[in-house]
Amino acid sequence: MKYTQDHEWIKVDGDIATIGISVHAAKALGDIVFVELPEAEAELEKGDDAAVVESVKAASEVYAPLSGVVIAGNEALEDAPETVNADPEGEGWFFKMTITDASELDDMMDAAAYKEFLESLD
Amino acid sequence: MMSQGRPTTPHTSDAVGHETVSGNKALAQRELLIFEIGTPRRTGIDFPELKNTPSRLGGVERTQEIGLPGLSEPEVMRHYVRLSQKNYAIDLGVYPLGSCTMKHNPRLNEKMARLPGFADLHPLQPHSTVQGALELMGDLAHWILTLTGMPAVALSPKAGAHGELCGMMAIRAALDAKGADHKRRVLVPESAHGTNPATAVQCGFSIDSIPATEDGRVDMDALKAKLGDDVAGIMLTNPNTCGLFERDIIEIADLIHGVGGYFYCDGANFNALVGRVRPGDLGIDAMHLNLHKTFSTPHGGGGPGSGPTVLSDALAPYAPVPRVESQDGVWHLVENVEDADGESFGRMTAFHGQMGMFVRALSYMLSHGSDGLKQATEDAVLNANYVQAALSDVMTPAFSGTCMHEALFDDRFLKDTGVETLDFAKAMIDEGYHPMTMYFPLVVHGAMLIEPTESESKAELDRFIAVMRSLAVKAVSGEVEMFKAAPIYAPLRRLDETRAARKPVLKWTPSEG
Amino acid sequence: MRYLPLNTNDRTAMLDVVGVKSIDDLFDDVPMSARLDGLIDLPTRKTESEVDAELTALAGRNRAAGAGPFFIGGGAYRHHIPATVDHLIQRSEFLTAYTPYQPEISQGTLQTLFEFQTQVAMLTGMDVANASMYDGSTACGEAVLMACRAKRRKKAYIASGVHPHYSATTQGLCQYLDIDLDVAVCAPGKDADVLQNLDKETAAIVVQSPNVFGEIVDLTPYAEAAHAVGALLIAVFTEPVALGAIQSPGEMGADIVVGEGQSIGVGLNFGGPYVGLFACRQKLVRQMPGRVCGETVDADGKRGYVLTLSTREQHIRREKATSNICTNSGLCTLAFSIHMSLLGEAGLRQLAMINHEKACQLADMLCALDGVELVTDTFFNEFTLRLAKPAREVVHKMVEHNVLGGLAASRLMDGQDDLLIVTATETNSEADMRAFTKALEEALS
Repeated sequence: MKYTQDHEWIKVDGDIATIGISVHAAKALGDIVFVELPEAEAELEKGDDAAVVESVKAASEVYAPLSGVVIAGNEALEDAPETVNADPEGEGWFFKMTITDASELDDMMDAAAYKEFLESLD
Repeated sequence: MMSQGRPTTPHTSDAVGHETVSGNKALAQRELLIFEIGTPRRTGIDFPELKNTPSRLGGVERTQEIGLPGLSEPEVMRHYVRLSQKNYAIDLGVYPLGSCTMKHNPRLNEKMARLPGFADLHPLQPHSTVQGALELMGDLAHWILTLTGMPAVALSPKAGAHGELCGMMAIRAALDAKGADHKRRVLVPESAHGTNPATAVQCGFSIDSIPATEDGRVDMDALKAKLGDDVAGIMLTNPNTCGLFERDIIEIADLIHGVGGYFYCDGANFNALVGRVRPGDLGIDAMHLNLHKTFSTPHGGGGPGSGPTVLSDALAPYAPVPRVESQDGVWHLVENVEDADGESFGRMTAFHGQMGMFVRALSYMLSHGSDGLKQATEDAVLNANYVQAALSDVMTPAFSGTCMHEALFDDRFLKDTGVETLDFAKAMIDEGYHPMTMYFPLVVHGAMLIEPTESESKAELDRFIAVMRSLAVKAVSGEVEMFKAAPIYAPLRRLDETRAARKPVLKWTPSEG
Repeated sequence: MRYLPLNTNDRTAMLDVVGVKSIDDLFDDVPMSARLDGLIDLPTRKTESEVDAELTALAGRNRAAGAGPFFIGGGAYRHHIPATVDHLIQRSEFLTAYTPYQPEISQGTLQTLFEFQTQVAMLTGMDVANASMYDGSTACGEAVLMACRAKRRKKAYIASGVHPHYSATTQGLCQYLDIDLDVAVCAPGKDADVLQNLDKETAAIVVQSPNVFGEIVDLTPYAEAAHAVGALLIAVFTEPVALGAIQSPGEMGADIVVGEGQSIGVGLNFGGPYVGLFACRQKLVRQMPGRVCGETVDADGKRGYVLTLSTREQHIRREKATSNICTNSGLCTLAFSIHMSLLGEAGLRQLAMINHEKACQLADMLCALDGVELVTDTFFNEFTLRLAKPAREVVHKMVEHNVLGGLAASRLMDGQDDLLIVTATETNSEADMRAFTKALEEALS
């Protein structure tokens, strides 16, 4: 599992990355009420707006952490956005995409580094 | 990712008192929806008989049932009177909603707006039949221009945000006329109303956010660093949303003009300046007025507003149509872009703006006069400072020094108490007050923005201050449960906003009833 | 000053608590060059009776619509509003409340909004409605922006029968947003031309029924054609009473329905305030502009209402909001909702048919005159006549007989100088119609 400074996580399985938001992000947003997912086959550049996650009083963009093509969104979130609160780094994943350039993963933090990063924010 | 989270799912706790058989609680009557009371076959209006002549509706006559319930007149009266009693109102008590300016709404203004010679006029009547109405618009324009020290005003915007759109469209039109299509960046302070960035984007601009200084004002160094040839302008509220006058405003205007940009001033807080400062002397190019704030046309539970927008000489040629003009004592409307002087950017609404609000606002202006308007401004500023001074030892003012028409506190005084800004606000409800604006502006943590307005007497403010002080003490002394459970005396307890947003139910459906 | 409770003693005591010597000290941050000396050059305070007299005199210099025969429509309609409506909207708790941000003490406003949204959805045949826009024209503009967002396309077409002020408002709203908006030249009987433009890049077509000339347009073929290329049909109306007589736009396949609600509960007011109605299909709800009220429960499980889906709005989403709208037409939605509750379906249908019968009768009377020809074969309560003389001239001549006899089409659009748009409602008596007929006859002779 890798993490970004935007509090997203990326799990790599061969050429495919699964993306979601971290436990910290889910907690900070509060009760999540809606997730807007990217459409399959959407081509994303690293840093593009990919998804939106909303609580009652806040909306946040989820950026594409990598460049690639969206394979699928987690449609279960459409009816049950609360899954993101319950299991943000598991069942609450947002979307899967192809990896075009594996070197984009290099800058990302591992779990320990992300923990350190979070502590530095306090 | 960002968030300043706050609880949106209420805590449950034991109900207070006992439930009555009826669901009513003395004067507080339970009330169903009209769909549960009325039926489509009933009506509360008597009509003459139809003649049943052949129709010319072209074969698309309605055949499906609409489902709209009808109620008799007494049922309608009771339904809405009961519902009205579930609302807080400025006529009931202190309504210190910062940035919203909940001042007294004089009933003379209501009476004047209902004169048939204003209320029963069609917007497309021949000009010869509406000379008094056009003159009233001209009079209102004269008051607005004199109070703001500006050369031109567009009356048609329907609310504050619509006025912002008017000003920003004029700026965009002026830039386009100069061929300045590289100027697309608009500077907006972090403390700005959300309407500012939303409006700029509707005019094809991008937003560049400017941070605030420690004392709650525009960071001049950051502003200077962001200046460049691509800057279209700045949108700045003055006094700003922290209730503070932007001391460097003239320098800001000069800097923006220096790079060929325009200065949009959000006039939501003009009530702090009327009669004491003319925005025209501050170098601004456009500013909307909220007639429903500064000039006391009623808020009506969320409108209608009215947002006349003053424009500098540089922007006036681009003002929207229709425009009211007079020639040799005869008034007329210029309704088409082709007939207008300059290069009007077009039309913003079907007709001429909120005439009903124009009458009310002019009635308010005439009643006050130049002396009364100045006094109202001073009293509003004094009341805000009095509240700030009287609470500053138990709550935490966000910034040091005096304020303008509203006092901003943050939640430092609640640190480690377990009580949050939201809980504090809900406790105020039980005490009989409408809460202040909370969690805005965003530049302050757990913001509480209190705007008492000039309409409050000293005695009323003293009672309010005493209650606020007691609540602050209770919070600090650990009475968390009371705050978390609040309100318990309102018609309803805390509402589950999470549920409303997750599974939106936006209309009544028969299956539910 | 009668509206200001503080007296001199209060002010002195309060300045003392604040810790400043004079009120001027509180304006210390104002740059020297911008400080005013003395009073602004405007009249000083007036008594209530003085203001009453002054404004009543101004009002007296206008010819109120109800002060004689009156037949103007064109986007604003004179109907009888029951006295109950104005009484109820003047209750302090409705009139002097703010937007319902604190739901526990705003259930009155919130429940009426929920009822209003339901009424609008029923009337238009749509799944959902918002809590109002400024007026029908701005609702129309917002609908085009919404369609472009929802379809991620940049082209939209406005049909020839759409009220020219609605088209112009929409053009104004779209002009800086890289949207290719094409507005057909306004003319009677030409709505179908819009269908020639449709292609795979079209986000929406905008069609009005009854249109600005009064013609009733069957929207079904427009919906089918739009849907065939993946575009949306935006249906517009300016006279909501018509929906009591004709099929709802939803029934005919519209995806977004916008219109003016003024006829129900809101007076003519010389053009404002009015109330924009905005409704759409369920799947578009998160693209909707403006406030929305939704049902929920409180901490004790009791049914209640809150403003919801706020993340679409400017105060949260800022530059990514669906619209910049904040304040809408709150009190006018209440007036609409009260009047509609009094009417009910039975009353609305009856009112609609009375309007239609009056218009049919008037059309027959006027068309019996020489030099008058009916242009619109179908209509509801508004129809268009072709006159043997320029309509503007005729309108002005009729004013001399104290008859406000319709609207010259040329006031709204280029050309069409000989067209007169005429409206009849339940407020017109037989005597009014005879007076109009006589005045028109004289004006044409």
